Amino acid sequence: MITSDLMNDSDHTPSTQKPEAGIRLTEEQLRARRSRSIAIGIALGLLVLLFYIVTLVKGPGVLERPL
Amino acid sequence: MSVTFVPAELSGEQGVDPSIAPSIAGARDYLELMKPRVMSLVVFTALVGLVVAPGHVHPVIALTALICIAVGAGASGALNMWYDADIDARMARTAARPIPAGRLRPGEALAFGLTLAGFSVAVLGLLVNVVAAALLALTIAFYVLVYTMWLKRSTPQNIVIGGAAGALPPIIGWASVTGGVSLEPVVLFLIIFMWTPPHFWALALYRKDDYARAGVPMLPVVAGDNATRRQILLYTLVLAPLGAAPWLMGYAGLAYGITAVAGGAGMIVLALRILAEKDGFKASKQMFAFSILYLFLLFAVLLADRMSGGLVGHFTI
Repeated sequence: MITSDLMNDSDHTPSTQKPEAGIRLTEEQLRARRSRSIAIGIALGLLVLLFYIVTLVKGPGVLERPL
Repeated sequence: MSVTFVPAELSGEQGVDPSIAPSIAGARDYLELMKPRVMSLVVFTALVGLVVAPGHVHPVIALTALICIAVGAGASGALNMWYDADIDARMARTAARPIPAGRLRPGEALAFGLTLAGFSVAVLGLLVNVVAAALLALTIAFYVLVYTMWLKRSTPQNIVIGGAAGALPPIIGWASVTGGVSLEPVVLFLIIFMWTPPHFWALALYRKDDYARAGVPMLPVVAGDNATRRQILLYTLVLAPLGAAPWLMGYAGLAYGITAVAGGAGMIVLALRILAEKDGFKASKQMFAFSILYLFLLFAVLLADRMSGGLVGHFTI
């Protein structure tokens, strides 16, 4: 892929380097990805915290789930 | 600054295939997909069901239940927007939503909605109880499969039957505390169920061109304005006494009773004004706005009524 293409290229001088194949993410796409990553991180952190607190609250009863 | 690449084989010769192009959807777009305003009403009515229920619940468990119900409502909203993107694009009110506006791809919305639905039901079942989780799953399935995919495009009774999904949250709240269902939350369910048609038909009366353009068979589009005005009055005449039922049945106090009777009278007056209205939709717009206030007041006073009785024994640590 891209990295291996660059590594196999015999001429590494910037002026003759092959243009990199692939899609360059725009600033907007990078910003959107960053905001999604932060939101997923926060959501997962809150989920872990929720399970931790409920386990403390319920104690051994956390495994009892009667209908 | 780091440079990020997507493999070249993912791009076509004439540029990037739009279906696999890097997403421009930010966290805010996903939040919008969850219909936060609808979600807040769902959480509020579920909270009332939870507080009115007899017995005790730990505050953390109560909060967990409300979070799961909120996320489940968000999942329903996302799946609705995924399926209805074509309709949304043709209606002025919904054209700016993330999918028709091109900020989010349908597949992203579908994956997001299914993930939220799975997590909300699973966490509610694991941390609260299985009955509440089953009711939440039923609510999501009913809203997405029965209302969105089936009824909305096929019958003018779409919001009558589909309204059941929006009416279920108080029952889920109740079940989160008691692990079961009884008559009291069913009355709350019926209040929201009977409130939904006059509320949405009042909106549909002055938005019917939008619905007609989108091909949604709302009652004013299919049966005309006069038939819709009559139906609004009929449903309001059933709703008004039903709104007072919690007081008449003895599980709400006098403050609730006065609010329900006064609010119900206001709804009937507005329904009569809609029926008498020949030109314009002033009364319909007033009914739409007042119906939101009416439902909010009923549940807020019921909540305050129960809280004045003391919640110390209800939320036990």
